[in-house]
Amino acid sequence: MEQFDDVIIDIQKLSFSRGDRAIYKNVDIQIPRGKITAIMGPSGTGKTTLLKLIGGQLRPESGSIFIDGKDIPRLGRRELFEMRARMGMLFQSGALFTDISVFENVAFPLRIHTDLSEEMIRDVVLMKLHAVGLRGARDLMPSELSGGMARRVALARAIALDPDIVMYDEPFTGQDPIAMGVLVNLIRRLNRALGHTSIIVSHDIQETLAIADYIYLISDSEVIARGTPEEMASESSQKVRQFIQGLPDGPVPFHFPAADYQADLLQDS
Amino acid sequence: MIELVARLGRTGLRKLEAFGLAGIILMQSLIARPAPTVMFPLVVKQIHFVGVLSLIIIVVSGLFIGMVLGLQGYTILVDYGSEQAVGQMVALSLVRELAPVVTALLFAGRAGSALTAEIGLMKATEQLSSLEMIGVDPLRRIIAPRFWAGFICLPVLATIFSLVGILGGAFVGIDWLGIYEGSFWSNMQNSVDFREDVLNGLIKAVVFGFVVTWIAVFQGYDCVPTSEGISEATTKTVVYASLSVLGLDFILTALMFGDI
Ligand SMILES: Nc1ncnc2c1ncn2[C@@H]1O[C@H](COP(=O)(O)OP(=O)(O)OP(=O)(O)O)[C@@H](O)[C@H]1O
Ligand SMILES: [Mg+2]
Repeated sequence: MEQFDDVIIDIQKLSFSRGDRAIYKNVDIQIPRGKITAIMGPSGTGKTTLLKLIGGQLRPESGSIFIDGKDIPRLGRRELFEMRARMGMLFQSGALFTDISVFENVAFPLRIHTDLSEEMIRDVVLMKLHAVGLRGARDLMPSELSGGMARRVALARAIALDPDIVMYDEPFTGQDPIAMGVLVNLIRRLNRALGHTSIIVSHDIQETLAIADYIYLISDSEVIARGTPEEMASESSQKVRQFIQGLPDGPVPFHFPAADYQADLLQDS
Repeated sequence: MIELVARLGRTGLRKLEAFGLAGIILMQSLIARPAPTVMFPLVVKQIHFVGVLSLIIIVVSGLFIGMVLGLQGYTILVDYGSEQAVGQMVALSLVRELAPVVTALLFAGRAGSALTAEIGLMKATEQLSSLEMIGVDPLRRIIAPRFWAGFICLPVLATIFSLVGILGGAFVGIDWLGIYEGSFWSNMQNSVDFREDVLNGLIKAVVFGFVVTWIAVFQGYDCVPTSEGISEATTKTVVYASLSVLGLDFILTALMFGDI
């Protein structure tokens, strides 16, 4: 386990549960500044939950989430909203505002947080839309977009303000191979050129291994492995190998916690 | 038995908790509102949605209710030879009771349910979360303008309802049943008092506007973010809002006119 020189997000002893189910138990995660960190793990382990914890939308039961020394769960409402202006988040569902056009969606954060003139806003929005290949779709309404297009617009919105920290929840889902390549490049370029700290949640192992500087693998309320892509690829632990190679059988459970299959089937209702 | 009491207690507590939450949401969206320059266009847009688009149903209902009142009033009063009092009867029942109550009920069905469904769907599609992450408080941006719009629109709609209803009553009474026009209007003018009737009717409309919109936005904001959750919340809005309007109407009427 390596120590980073410069940590922007420092999560210490984080615990969180949904009902009786513990999603995180005493987890420590450090996100290095200016790097691309990937969070991977089976579906339903709580990756989206982690992003929402970092964004202050959920409160942990115990533990701290420091961003530049400020403990997110203990911030007041105003400080929290100030902190969020430094973050961009691509939601898993896109979450575009359905009552305004694509252009206005991307312009929205700019209008809220800056005093830019209408012309400047137009330039920035068109640049961001161009980067995701949707400059021509600016006058469409979100309901007129395909799933993959909506996600790319959401990505453009997430990076509209050039935030310090960008969280991408499954940016590659539903993209064709060309768009996928473009997005991978875009995320890398944003990170290298502008020094964004990026957190990517993704199931696309090849793409993620290709762009991530550091990877956390989460399963069963814990971090089961962490390291650079090379370290992960050569990791000998069975759990990690199973996940990276996508094998159905192994120590990482594919199933949501449940009673024994056979017993369940045989049980009289 | 004990079980029953326990269940009653639990339900009561849950209702109380929801009520407290509704109160908090109300306070936060009203107190902490954004700059007027941001707020104003948002409120205007919502007034268009909840007010202007409700106009047709309000005008049509007002017209018919006024006409029915004119007709019923005539058939009763004509037996006593006092059919000139139809104008007075139509105006008083509309201004005091029917306009605020019926407008509020129609408003709950037309605009309240739409508000709940819209906010609920925004929650289900993570639009509210995404606003929060952009650093905008959804209570201020989404809830507050809708609240103000409902609050402003209902008294206006109730007034329009009264006016159209009186015209409907006059049409039936004067043009159809042949009541003498002069006595119809003068009777009405002499008996309708501004403070006693018009103002009290307006106060009712303001209170109903407040309650109906509050219930609608709260149900939307608090709903379970699924399709069933939204449909349940929409139903609740209409039921709770209608019952509150009727219950409050009794209380307000007793306070305003009870001590005569
Ligand atoms: N609003 C909620 N209420 C109750 N439980 C929830 C809620 N949201 C998520 N959960 C539970 O929390 C767990 C983690 O959810 P989360 O969305 O973080 O998973 P994830 O790792 O992002 O999965 P995926 O890869 O499928 O997106 C899931 O098991 C889910 O059942
Ligand atoms: Mg997820």
